[in-house]
Amino acid sequence: MTLLDFARGPAMQIAIIIFVVGIVWRLVGVWALRQKKDLSEARQKGAWVGGIKGLFVHAWPYKPFVPKVGAQYLVGYVIHLGLFIVLIFGTPHMLFFADIVGFTWWTLPGGVITAVAVVTTLALFIALVKRLVNPVQRMISNFDDYATWFVTTAPFVTGLMTTMNMWPHYETGLAIHLLSVWLLLIYFPFGKLMHSFWFVVSRYTTGSRFARRGGMA
Amino acid sequence: MSDTTVTEIELDFESKRFSVRKPEERFDVQGDMTDDERVEKAMVNFAKDFGRVSATYMEACIHCGACAHACPFYEASGDPRHTPIWKLEPFKQAYKREAGPLAFMYKTLNLKPKVTVDELKEWQELLYDTCTMCGRCTLICPMSIDIATLVGMARHAMFHAGLVPHELYTVTAKAQKEGSPLGATPSVFEDRVEWMGDEHEVDMHIDEDQADVLVLMSSIEIQKYPESMAATAKILNHMGKSWTFRTDGYEATNFGMLSGNTGWQKDMSMKVISTAEKIGAKLVILPECGHAYQALRWQGANMYGKPLPFKVQHISEFLADAVDSGDLKLKTVNKSVAFHDPCQVSRRGGATPAPRKVLEALGVELKEAESGGNMNLCCGGGGGVITIHRADTLRYKIMANKFRQLDSTGAEMMVTSCSNCRQNFDESGEKLSWGKDMNSLLELVAENLVEDAKR
Repeated sequence: MTLLDFARGPAMQIAIIIFVVGIVWRLVGVWALRQKKDLSEARQKGAWVGGIKGLFVHAWPYKPFVPKVGAQYLVGYVIHLGLFIVLIFGTPHMLFFADIVGFTWWTLPGGVITAVAVVTTLALFIALVKRLVNPVQRMISNFDDYATWFVTTAPFVTGLMTTMNMWPHYETGLAIHLLSVWLLLIYFPFGKLMHSFWFVVSRYTTGSRFARRGGMA
Repeated sequence: MSDTTVTEIELDFESKRFSVRKPEERFDVQGDMTDDERVEKAMVNFAKDFGRVSATYMEACIHCGACAHACPFYEASGDPRHTPIWKLEPFKQAYKREAGPLAFMYKTLNLKPKVTVDELKEWQELLYDTCTMCGRCTLICPMSIDIATLVGMARHAMFHAGLVPHELYTVTAKAQKEGSPLGATPSVFEDRVEWMGDEHEVDMHIDEDQADVLVLMSSIEIQKYPESMAATAKILNHMGKSWTFRTDGYEATNFGMLSGNTGWQKDMSMKVISTAEKIGAKLVILPECGHAYQALRWQGANMYGKPLPFKVQHISEFLADAVDSGDLKLKTVNKSVAFHDPCQVSRRGGATPAPRKVLEALGVELKEAESGGNMNLCCGGGGGVITIHRADTLRYKIMANKFRQLDSTGAEMMVTSCSNCRQNFDESGEKLSWGKDMNSLLELVAENLVEDAKR
């Protein structure tokens, strides 16, 4: 079995199992906790509307905060959108998924994907430098923050190296790229990558709690 | 828990703000417990109220640090320790180690070390001196985490571990023992009500057996701004309401809530709730006090264990309704006004439109400050912070920012609807030579009643 066979076979299966089971475990672990009912008289009905609104209003900072954190949000968007575009609209990725789901879809030209990946990688490095240099972020950061950065950045770097034929041995390089993605999947349920789910739950929770009170969150 | 020092510690009545006298020697640790017992108590009491909501918040943080930029304490100090989410660090650690879905892993592999008593002692300052639970950090948080609520829960832990700042513990114990944190015992209250009645020639209703409206006062008002009592009475009499003050349930402040003792919080709330039930009140009016609104309007029913059998309104909401219904007609005040929104009434309470309605009825030109209303900058004195002397320096720095914000409106008159904010403005204003007064919305209304609109 070559490294590529391993990456395409058992490594992928193990990674997907850990990814799915881990996510379910962590979500259920929190949702299974009891929650006391709020008995106070609601100011207004339809708290869920506020919850839905909360999902969107926190997608960009309120006006007074834009000068302070606007750039940080922007870097965040570049990373998230870059990840999404490369993953879904990169031809080799589409073909990989097509094998599993059984249908194909439109993709972007390789040059565009490479450019997006380069910009995303740069954004990831900017985020890392800020984390290391900014006194607030440096203080509140822990192992998870750096591990998350590493497992997110590695697939971009190894992917770019594969696309640009920078590996001494192409197949081994491709295998390393695949393995870096499985590492991301394996780490996903254990760290803050879970914010892909929590952002919905947390924003909805606060949005609905404050909608029944009035006020703002 | 030791409470022997309660009445021996003198209150500072000469200062512009009310607190215990600046202690020469601090006792920021209460009770006799071993270090391990303190940590144990902290963790048990932190976990007690833990539910889905708080767990979600604990899980959701991505360590982006944005919250620092919304926090009045961080903005004033620039100290990264004042980053709101950092104030919860030992509790986040404890949650992950003891309660989260991956706790078994963190514990077995010791990935999150056990919280130590030294950490808790270090965090006392962060949880009590540098957080008013104003909730501005939630606005900036991309995950919308309600950090203020978590700080409240962490305070439960700290109280039971006997790790409350000296002055806050003293006033809280005083409140539990004497019925008021600032010496406004029932007899003091009765005297002052009577005095204000005579002074302002207004009929005071006290200890009526039955009344539609139970009126509460905060100790700050009773002791420092007693005109509030006269103003409230004048307005209610003017509207022909059946109302009363009660010596068995008058104190609106809830230091049980601020310090983190849920049992005492319940006792303090129940005193008011039982009194309101006893006299058949349909409405309880809360005075100009921010945290009192939080304690009774939003947490009262949860303390009671069922929905409250009466309505609860902040005085500004009551006045806004009265203006709306035409029960109150007000003279025009030809001035421009800047309004300071108390965090617990506006942003976290939802009564933001009420004072604006009242100000509109007064015909003033309202000059909204930048980042005002629901996004208002906190005055830095709430959440018990104003009682803590070692927090003074930073509080003044916050107030300097606050003064700049209000001054930039160019308004002639400053108004608020929280007496704790007001005493913070008064005291800091003198210290920083602000040269302006902070006025009470309630008193402004009482001074400008149109008498012939009387029913």
